[in-house]
Amino acid sequence: MLKVSGIDVFYGDLQVIRDVSFEVRDGEILVLVGANGAGKSTTLKTISGLLKPLKGSIEFDGVRLDLLSPDKVIGQGVVHVPEARRLFREMTVEENLVMGSLSPVARKKRMQTMEWVYELFPRMKERRKQAAGTMSGGEQQMCAIGRGLMALPKILMFDEPSLGLSPILVQEVFGIAKRINKEGVTVLLVEQNVRQTLAMCDRACVLENGRIVLQGTGKELSDDPHVKEAYLGI
Amino acid sequence: MDVFLQTLVAGILKGGLYALIGIGMTLIMGVMGIINLAHGQLMMLAMYVTFVLNTMGVDPYVSLFIAMPLLFMLGVAIQKFLLNPLMKVETILPENQVLMTVGIGMVLTEVARFVFSSDYKYITTGYADRTFYIGNISFSVALTIAFVIALSFTAAMFWFLLKTDLGRSIRATAQDKDAATLMGVNTGRITVITFGLGSALVAAAGCLLAPVYYIFPDLGGPFTAKAFIITILGGLGSTVGAIFGGVTLGLAESMGATYFGMEYEDIVGLTIFILVLLFLPGGFKRLTKV
Repeated sequence: MLKVSGIDVFYGDLQVIRDVSFEVRDGEILVLVGANGAGKSTTLKTISGLLKPLKGSIEFDGVRLDLLSPDKVIGQGVVHVPEARRLFREMTVEENLVMGSLSPVARKKRMQTMEWVYELFPRMKERRKQAAGTMSGGEQQMCAIGRGLMALPKILMFDEPSLGLSPILVQEVFGIAKRINKEGVTVLLVEQNVRQTLAMCDRACVLENGRIVLQGTGKELSDDPHVKEAYLGI
Repeated sequence: MDVFLQTLVAGILKGGLYALIGIGMTLIMGVMGIINLAHGQLMMLAMYVTFVLNTMGVDPYVSLFIAMPLLFMLGVAIQKFLLNPLMKVETILPENQVLMTVGIGMVLTEVARFVFSSDYKYITTGYADRTFYIGNISFSVALTIAFVIALSFTAAMFWFLLKTDLGRSIRATAQDKDAATLMGVNTGRITVITFGLGSALVAAAGCLLAPVYYIFPDLGGPFTAKAFIITILGGLGSTVGAIFGGVTLGLAESMGATYFGMEYEDIVGLTIFILVLLFLPGGFKRLTKV
């Protein structure tokens, strides 16, 4: 479905991604785990077009995403829920959701999708007239996910949705990711929260210093001695 | 009491126009993060358009519908061909776009001087100096019409920004450019449209001001300064703030002119500007939160 092949990404002269390749299969949950600065967010930003790879290609359902201008990527059904939510803080929750459905297809189903999002997150319905920036971290994360869902994604990419949330909320957010996956949306999740994500995912990749060092099912990686030592602290 | 009310009315009428000038500038400020220092010069250009059309017998309020699209296109061209290329060069700071707008302002002024000379021009209309009375208060017909039109443009602008996808995309781009891109907004196109819109709004202000003002190439500078003051009074990037800022400046100027004398008009406005900077940095936006 989504195929990243041998990409190199630079910030100026600094190379942060080295020859990264992986594939996300239709309907699965794939997790990219790794420490701070490993290149996880950079990988997502490259897929969604905010950064361009100097080498390699990114293909989604036969379309070369790396050749599209960044604003066209979401129209392909590739939706990025960015790190630290990045809501439009001075706009209301409802306006934020509307901003997710700008593509012609999503626009037609805007009201319908919004009902669905409100069903998933009843809290958002209560707060729909509130400025997004005034909500709590957990609520903002739900709003950001809701905004992503408004685009009718085929694949939804979460960038550290657990960032700054209490353990209970982290559980809730991961639960939501699973639920969305059950509704038929492929999920690509980027996380530092290794233990919990390995338990919920189908497959995972471990990124270290801009390289993929391990790939496998969640179970395989949880049993891997390197992962155990470096990430799980066992 | 009558004098006070009269001054108040004059100030508010003027403030309506100032608000229109300020909204144009604040929109550009919000989306691109730069002050457009050619704003007054764009207005000057619109006034000359009105003047030329007037010599052909076109009413200033009709020329609104010609000057606005013209200036919209000029704004689009400026953003697309002069400002956006600066952003692509990494060694040039984005702030240098501001310097570019200064240059554009100079060019516009000199072009106007070249074509029309430095002479003061007037537009003659049947209603320019007509007034009507409510009680003891006199209302200038031209300024009242200008106020009503300015108000309807402002209302239309708000409706556009709040209720349309394009308007929301403009606000979204101003608040978080990358997030807007992720949502599928072509932010490059948004900056171009915004500069066009800002120019069209200030063009409207120019057309409305033309019947009651004299027209000369150098009037751009003072109005750029006014627009700048209005934007800062209101809080950078805030549309509601620009309205408050515009009306405040209008009131301050008319109060100053009445109670301190004509020559103090600008001093009162500038004093309020400094007071706001000292005691309410961030402008009225701090109070309204919009």
